[in-house]
Amino acid sequence: MLDHTTSNQGPDARRDWMSTLAKAKSQDLIDAWNTLPERPRFTALRAPEHGLVLVRGRMGGAGAPFNVGEMTVTRAAVRLETGETGVSYVAGRSREHAEIAAAVDAMMQSVALRPLVEADIIETLKAAHETRRTLAARKAAATRVDFFTMVRDRGPA
Amino acid sequence: MAYVSVKGGEKAITNAHAWLAEVRRGDPRLPEIDVAQIREQMSLAVDRVMAEGSCYDPDLAALAIKQARGDLPEAIFLVRAYRTTLPRFGASEPVETEEMSVLRRISAAFKDIPGGQILGPTFDYTHRLLDFALAAEGASLPAAAALSETPQPYPMPTIGSVFAHEDLLERDERPEEEDAPFDLTREPMAFPAGRDQRLQALARGDEGFLLSLAYSSQRGWGSTHPLCGEIRFGDVTVEFVPEELGFPIEIGELSVTECQMLSGFSGSAERAPQYTRGYGLTFGHCERKAMSMAIVDRALRHREVGEQADAPVQDEEFVLYHSDNVEASGFVQHLKLPHYVDFQADLQLIRRLRREHFERNNPIKVAAE
Repeated sequence: MLDHTTSNQGPDARRDWMSTLAKAKSQDLIDAWNTLPERPRFTALRAPEHGLVLVRGRMGGAGAPFNVGEMTVTRAAVRLETGETGVSYVAGRSREHAEIAAAVDAMMQSVALRPLVEADIIETLKAAHETRRTLAARKAAATRVDFFTMVRDRGPA
Repeated sequence: MAYVSVKGGEKAITNAHAWLAEVRRGDPRLPEIDVAQIREQMSLAVDRVMAEGSCYDPDLAALAIKQARGDLPEAIFLVRAYRTTLPRFGASEPVETEEMSVLRRISAAFKDIPGGQILGPTFDYTHRLLDFALAAEGASLPAAAALSETPQPYPMPTIGSVFAHEDLLERDERPEEEDAPFDLTREPMAFPAGRDQRLQALARGDEGFLLSLAYSSQRGWGSTHPLCGEIRFGDVTVEFVPEELGFPIEIGELSVTECQMLSGFSGSAERAPQYTRGYGLTFGHCERKAMSMAIVDRALRHREVGEQADAPVQDEEFVLYHSDNVEASGFVQHLKLPHYVDFQADLQLIRRLRREHFERNNPIKVAAE
């Protein structure tokens, strides 16, 4: 039996579900939220707000940082009736996505509310992301080529 | 003479803009193009607008393309203007392209690059024959892309990591303490420019300008004799540290194109001979741009390797001051705004000079008149 108090509660676990919520397709998250059997009431600590994050890359791919350009991001913060607070920073401009992500982040921090969303939202969205990634990786693998140079690579004489 | 503003013409301007809206819509008997259709089916135009608009948001770029009637520099201008209306939450952690979920990765230099040559969705090796089947109405969906049993494993080794142990390739220096890089959206251009400033300017620079500079370099105007070490395209994850949390969280994924160009370096008193590298990185799938950027980046590093600099591509002031198409197009196109006062002043001057010219050359005729 896994020790849920450490593996599922620490900052790494929170980073993990926040990542899943941010990378989810907006419509997938909204649909999953709307089909929950019950949703807690919450108030906005920070109404969903559009902004920019300056994206950095590395010179040469692995060197010192440089600024590549900006990306749009929407952030939100909510407090549940039960007191837990949730935060979200999500690429793009969907206010609904950001607000639901913040609410789910808060619910995941509550022992009582977590079971409502852990399987039906977090695990489902994580699996959907993995499916998209695997499908793309299978398409990529299907386009692998082996170039051979006509003169030097005739094989053993 | 400074630009002097004019008043009037409101009615004409309103009518011109109404006509523009009508022309943008085109023949009303045809269905209107949807922003989502542009995003999905004109995706390389969207990618260019995101890269040069310097703002990653495919829906926004698609909207800009629709509004600009497909004029990409105009769409880039719209995106740049929009970004000034938003607050900046901060800067991301540097994206790690080595960790990229690669959809395409090729090396033209090294046939046996670990991870293999992955073509991805490419125009390369197509015959460039117009496909009239695409013009047929009610065309059916194309055949689904082939799927391999085994997915491409990630992360895929980079050309840099492959040769790292032999020191054949210049290594990336990663400082212990990472200072905030130069940001030309907040600081004016400064010369001599650091590589961080140059790369930021090139990343948002005009594709056509950088392509021509790279081409001029290849043809001998400041040549670096490049070989394409690696091109990769795919998704990277962006991490950001929100103030209120204090730890990095992933906020989304971006598709980016990266290019590593290799140039031989015969060595100096301090450095052994090895390959040096030029680097290109753009938002979206902008391969021509990323390759051009890498060639120009390497040409601009002439001081580091003691190359003689006498070509336009090696002149950082020339390159950096003229690479931005919003600035360039603004300055060229402002000439079509009313310059009546300038012209009046010029006219008076030319009339006087002409009178003086004729007085000098033919005083009797001028006096007789």
